[in-house]
Order: sequence, then structure tokens, then C-alpha cells
Amino acid sequence: MRNDETNSQGTGEPGSTLLGAPSRRGPMNVFPAWKYTLIALVCALGLIYAAPNVFQPDAAVQVRALDGDSAVGAADRAQITSALAQADIGVIGLEDDGNSLIVRLAQEGAQLSARELIAETVNADSVDYVVALAQAPTTPQWLQDLGGKPMSLGLDLFGGAHFLLQVNMEDYIAGVVDNSAEGMRDTLIDGRIRFLPSRNWIDGQTISIGFRDDETREEAKTALVDYQDFLVQEREVAGDFILRFTLTEDKIRALEDRAISQNLTSLRNRVNELGVSEPQVQRLGRSRIVVDLPGIQDSARAKEILNKFANLEFRLEALPRARKSQIETYEYEGRMQDIMRRNIVTGNNVQDAQQSYDPETSQPQVSIELDNEGGRKMHASTKDNIGRSMAILFIEQKPRVRQLVRDGETIEEYYTVEERRLISVATIQAALGFSFRITGLGLREAQDLALLLRAGALAAPMYIVEERTVGAQLGDENIRRGWQSVAIGFALVLAFMIFYYRGFGLAANVALTANLTLLVAIMSILGATLTLPGIAGIVLTVGMAVDANVLIFSRIREELKNHPPQMAIQAGFDRALLTITDANVTTFFVAIILLSIGSGPVRGFAVTLAVGIVTSMFTAILVTRALVNLIYGGRKLESIKI
Amino acid sequence: MSDSQARTFQIDFMGKRLIAMVLSAIVLAAALGSLALQGLNLGLDFTGGSLVEVKLAEKVDPQTVRGYLVEAGFTNGTVQTFGSDEDLLIRVPPQEELGIAGQVGLGDEIFVALATQYPGIVLQQSNYVGPAVGDELAEDGGLALLTALLVVMLYILFRFTKQFSVGAVVALAHDVIIVLGCFSIFGWTFDLTVLAALLAVIGYSLNDTIVVSDRIRENFRRARRGSPVEIINEALNQTLGRTLVTSLTTLFVLLALLFAGGEVIRGFATALSIGVVIGTYSSIYVAANVLLVMNISREDLLVPEPEQDGNEDGSFP
Repeated sequence: MRNDETNSQGTGEPGSTLLGAPSRRGPMNVFPAWKYTLIALVCALGLIYAAPNVFQPDAAVQVRALDGDSAVGAADRAQITSALAQADIGVIGLEDDGNSLIVRLAQEGAQLSARELIAETVNADSVDYVVALAQAPTTPQWLQDLGGKPMSLGLDLFGGAHFLLQVNMEDYIAGVVDNSAEGMRDTLIDGRIRFLPSRNWIDGQTISIGFRDDETREEAKTALVDYQDFLVQEREVAGDFILRFTLTEDKIRALEDRAISQNLTSLRNRVNELGVSEPQVQRLGRSRIVVDLPGIQDSARAKEILNKFANLEFRLEALPRARKSQIETYEYEGRMQDIMRRNIVTGNNVQDAQQSYDPETSQPQVSIELDNEGGRKMHASTKDNIGRSMAILFIEQKPRVRQLVRDGETIEEYYTVEERRLISVATIQAALGFSFRITGLGLREAQDLALLLRAGALAAPMYIVEERTVGAQLGDENIRRGWQSVAIGFALVLAFMIFYYRGFGLAANVALTANLTLLVAIMSILGATLTLPGIAGIVLTVGMAVDANVLIFSRIREELKNHPPQMAIQAGFDRALLTITDANVTTFFVAIILLSIGSGPVRGFAVTLAVGIVTSMFTAILVTRALVNLIYGGRKLESIKI
Repeated sequence: MSDSQARTFQIDFMGKRLIAMVLSAIVLAAALGSLALQGLNLGLDFTGGSLVEVKLAEKVDPQTVRGYLVEAGFTNGTVQTFGSDEDLLIRVPPQEELGIAGQVGLGDEIFVALATQYPGIVLQQSNYVGPAVGDELAEDGGLALLTALLVVMLYILFRFTKQFSVGAVVALAHDVIIVLGCFSIFGWTFDLTVLAALLAVIGYSLNDTIVVSDRIRENFRRARRGSPVEIINEALNQTLGRTLVTSLTTLFVLLALLFAGGEVIRGFATALSIGVVIGTYSSIYVAANVLLVMNISREDLLVPEPEQDGNEDGSFP
């Protein structure tokens, strides 16, 4: 069948192959050398990038500075080493990547106690470092140099907690409008611009202020020029001259973005202190935030920290001559205490806060450091009020849900209940500056307050709408079971293919192995997270990937009835190609739909399904073909077994 | 083994198509009836509420555990074993009166209440889904299913003809309804992973249907004579070997998942296993049947000749 013409590719147009049997030219079923090389190269690359997943990670403890940037000091490092040595905890390596220190432990069982010990050592005086349980990859250096890294494990395989938080935007926007209205009123009063008294300034996102004449309104418009978030309109209603300030949709979006990013920052700071090596805090959609805490031990604590919305306000004690509208009354140590409505400084001006103990009374206290603006305000207010009391108001917002029936449909409404209480009323002894202490709190309260003040205030209230926590033990079990099913399924399919297709089955099995390797490699390169549904996707890919081979082989069987072996092989591959493409393209569509609409487990599955389709097309069409060509191609065949 | 080349099938599939049609109709009616009357046993993902899975040191009667929970003040929870006798699953429906913070913390409280009774208890997982999120997940899931069907329909319309397009979608809907019906009839929990499985069933069954359709189209184009029933029968027989082998290998791995994959993945594996069996059947009987019902003919499938200008239509009236 050999011929001198070099049409070695041999991909005739489909349909022509079944007509004239011996008319084909060139050695049949032979790829040019570059094609074999390329296929081998892709498979080799797959092997390299899949390899990091084989190495079991070391149990480790990660130490990183709370501010996130500075490295772990040499002194602290020495302390850690000696503390661990004293406690007889084996260390097999210390690595510093500039941001954090990874302490690799010899035994996995020592991880918890090692973390305790390190935390006590480095955070003895004040909380400077985050100490978290971690898994240190043991990928060999040469693989790392090539960019090889293992797939990261999802929460269902690693253990950990996933939270979905809803930011209450309605409340936040209403608050912004409310504050702006207050500010406008103050500005007008300060500028002695007379406005008409009205009970309902605010209607949704609109503030309306009435004036007696046009000149006053113009004056007010100039005075209020700073409120640029609002669209300003002029109206005349019943002889009154109205100035209308409306928040535009663009502005509302901008405000929401600002609120979300401030919430994200605050949450990241909070989550940082939970002792998790790779926490993830991300925005999802318009008003949601996802928090993933892989490997967290105490999810109840995490929930407390995430759900807390607390702030402080520093206010002066009300003097007897104060007007009623200027004061608020709270209970404090069994009596009623009048304080001013206006605050001097709020928690938003806090730069740092640390929980410690009062050296004299041993009671918990919070040391607070204010920023420039806060310090200035605090100084200005206290220097003229020595001898007067200052009150600290603790404000906590607790999320609630209630059911409402609207238009015959039951809907849930989320709202927050605000709890305010005085935690301290103390006489101002001297002008206060940037730093001072607060006492009068329980230990837990003091710790939480310090953390929340440090982390920064949340711009808008949030509440948890979804939580998924998986224990470490279940995670391990899920991994074990997942890989076990991959192994069993894979073995069954390999055995069946050999039994059913013999030599061709062997080629298909090599292709299937290449497929699994490439799939893992691509997932690793993409940085995809492996989840249990993802493993299910891999298993399914193994089962379905043989389909392409089966299609080709059964086609070859059929063609063998009418054609000599080489011709049948050629025709089998060519004819099956179109079918394989059609079938895979549609399945790929389904995977993409899953990916774009689904969430959580659905996405994990969709990613493997989509990648699996691509790799199985490559392996079935090219790898199998290359192998079949190598085994059977270019020589005279009397008959083949398939 | 020289028998391999002789392994061809001569089954008169289409001759029994009326029986198949009646069978499909009965099963579909049962599935739809159960879905209408009994509905689905929706999992936490869609109903909202709290779920706690714990592992105890020894075997415990769920009723005893429920007793402890009632004592601790959790009156409306359900307790069931999960996989083994030591694994318990506790589900609590949404509690409006608790407030969000209380509801979110419910799982922890239940665990603490149980931990006082059973030292050595391990928290395997704790989930909370807010009511709004549950509704959203259900909506998104339904949307994903419908979008998948629509996209498939359009793609096949573009690649094949309207008969194939309708046939494929009817076959897919048939499979999805029957799998859903099984979950309804047996009261199995329907959660997000089962939904993912359902979409995978669509993918799988589609794969099957397209392979069969492809062959039917090819045979129609090639055959000079023979009735549509004969041509379709031939195509079904030609693809039967492949259909069975692929279903078998897929079932192998699904059985591996079902028996070794653990409780979390069981619903997924069950849905897909049923789907693969039904999908195999439907690509033979449902999709091909629709073609006959819609009077497929050779003229519908003639390839428009790209070389001949001015004859883009390619089909004859």
C-alpha cells in the first residue's frame, strides 16, 4: 500500500473514504514526526504540572504580621525556634517569604499545640502577629521553578467555613440620606439661612427643603453646594420655594460600592485575626460578600466576629442648662445619666486598639489610639471641659429577620436592632490626646471591642445569609472517599476496555490516563479549587471520556466489514470525528451554563466537566490516533482485532 | 476472538415504538403525578434552615438524641442516621422568631447541647441557609435547567433540523422529569448536588442523542431506498454497541461513586445513574420516535451544496 507521494496526513474529506478502496495514497495512518513530538510534549507537560498534586503537604504553622506587610522579626523568629525546641515539638523547616514565616512541623499531631505555643510566644505583650494552621506544600523546587503547584482543596475537602453575607443597603442609603439632611439643616442654621419648618424633609432618597422666597433659596443652594452626591432641583409648591436633593441611581451605586469596599476592608482585618492561613473575602454581586475560612477550627467564634457590628461614641455629660433636644438619657450603674446627643469622636477615628489589663485593678481594659483628626477633636473638646464627665457609648447592631405579608405573598425583611449602652462615665482629669484607655468592660467584650475598633467600622450593616462549615475529619474522609472512587472507577473502565477492545483498548487506556493527567494538570495551572463535586466531575469524565474512543472503535469495526484494515482505521477516525465534536460541543455548552448560573457545588462540578471535555477530545482524537498509528500505521495488515 | 466483527445487532427497535411510547407515557405520568401530589423532598439548599451532622463515638438511637434536643429546647428538629449508625443528621427548619443572629448560631447551640450528652462527639458539618438564599438557589437552578434545554435546542436546530431539535429536547425533558419523579416517589433529598447531576444528565443524554441522530442523518443521506422506519432502525442498531459500551463504562464509575464516594455524593451518583439508564433508553426510543412522529424524510436532510451558487436552500418542497 505504500506509495511515493507524500500525502502522509491522510485526512481526506469525509465521505470519500468509503468509495474507492485502494485509491488512497501515501503510507496510511502515519503522522509526521512533528505531530508525534507535539503530542508527546503536551502529555509530558501534563505530567509535570499534575505532579505537584502527588506530594503530601506538611503540617505547618504560619506566622504573619497583623498589618500584613512587614516580615517576622529575627528576634521573634529566634523565640519561636527556642520555644518549640523547649516544648519538644519537631520542626523540619522554617521558611520566610517576606510576608510570613512558615514553620513546618515533623508531626501533624503537634500542629494545634505548636500554634498555641507560637501565639503565646510572639503575642505575649500585644497582638502583633496572626498565627494560623497551614499546609505547606512539599512540591520539589524544580517543579516550583516551572510554576507547578498543587490544586487547592475546597472547604468540603479541607474543612473550614464558608459564609455569605448580605449587606443591608437600604438601611445604609437611608442612613446616608438622614445624615445629609441633618448636615444640611446644621449648615443652614449656621449660615442663618431661614428655611420653612417641615416635618417631612425626607421622602425615600429625596430631601426637600422649603424657603419663603427665591433669594433665600439661591443663598441656600450656594451654601449647600458641597452635597454633590445629590441631584438638585428647584420647585414651587403652593407658594413655597422648594429645593429638592435627590440621590441619583449612579450615586447610589457609587455609595454602595464605597460601602462594600469599606466593609470588605473591615472584614479582611477582622478575619485576619481568626488564625486562618488563607482567608478569602470577596464581593459577590451587588450587595453580597463571601467569606471563606479554610481550616478554621472555631467557626462559632468566626460567626460572632463576622456578625458583630459595634462602634463607640465619646460624648460629653449633659450640663443642667442643656436643652431637651440636645440630650439623651441612658442607664448607667443603676441611675439615669444624661449625655449630649452630639459626639466628640467615634470609633471610626480609632487607629489602633489593644486589649490589656489595668495594672492596678487587673481589670480588662482597652487602650485606644486615635488618628490625627480624632486626636485633635478629642483634645479640643476635653481641654475646655476639665472636671466634666465624659461618657462612652457602646453601640451594637444585631441583625433580625421578620416575616411580612405584602400583596398576599410572605416575604422576609431583614432589619437591625440597635443596642446602645453606656460602658463608662468618667471625669475628665486633663485634656485628652491621641491615646487613652477605656475600662468597665468584661474580658470578652474588651477583646471584641479592641478587635472591632482595630478592624475599622463597617460602613453598612450586614448579616449572614448562608453558612457552610465542614469539620476537618469529614474533609479528610471526603478526600479519601473521593480519590477512592476515582481509583475504583478508573480501574473498572481500564479493565473493561482491555477486555472488550484488546490492542485498541490498550491505546484507549493510555489515552484515558493521559486524559486524567491533563485534566489534573490544567486544573492545577488554572488554580482551580478541587471540591467533592469536582472529584465527581473527574470520575464522570473518566467514564464518559472513553465514549469518543468507543465511537471511533465501533466505527472501525463497521468499516472493517467493507474495507481493508488500514482503510477501516482511517475511515473510522474520520467519520467519528464529526460526531464526537457535535456531542462534546453541546455538553460543553451545558457545562458553561452550569458554570455561569450555578453556585457552590454546582460550579465545582462544572469546572471539571468543562476542562474534562477539552482534555478528552484532545486525548481521544490525537493521543489514541497517535498510538494506533504507531502500532498499526504504515505497514501491511491482513487483519486486526478490535 | 473473531466474533468481534460479527457483533452486529438486528433489532427491530422502531417496530416496538408504540409499546415504548405507552411505557414512556405511563412512567412520565407517574413521575409528574408524584411531583404534583407529593412534590420533592427539598434539601436545606432550597428550603433554608439549619443542618448539623455529627459523628458519635458509638451507635445511638436517633429518637434518644431527639429527646435530648427537645429537652434542650429544640422542639421542631428531625434527627436521622446518615450513612452509618454513628453519623447523625439533624435538620431544623427556619426559625423566624430567633432572628438572624440566633438562627445562624443554631447549629452551634445544637452541637453544644449534644456535646454535654455525648463526650467524644465530632462536628462533621454545620450548614445554615437563609430563606432568601434558598429561594434564589431554587430559582437559579430552574433557570439553569431551562437555559440548558434552550441552548441545546438552538444548537441542534443549527447543526441538524427542527425534527432532531425537538426530538432531542423532548428526550431530555423526558429524562429530567423521570429522574425528578424518582426523587419525588422515593422521597430522596433533592439538593444542589442533585441539581448538578440533573444538568449532567442533560449533558450525557444529549451526547447519546446526538450520536444516534448523527447516524440517522448520515444513513438518510446515503440510503437510496428504505422507509424512514428501516433507516432509523439500521442507525440504532449500528450505534447500539457504542451506546451500550459507553453507558456501561459510565455506570461503572457511577457505581464506584455510589458505593465508595460516601453519603455527601450519594444523591448525585443516584441521580446520574438513573439518568444514564433513562438517557440511553430515550436516545433510542424518544428522540427517534419524535423524528417519525414529525415525519422526517430524506429530503429534510439533503446537504445544501455549497459549490452551487443560488441553491442555498438545498431542500425540496
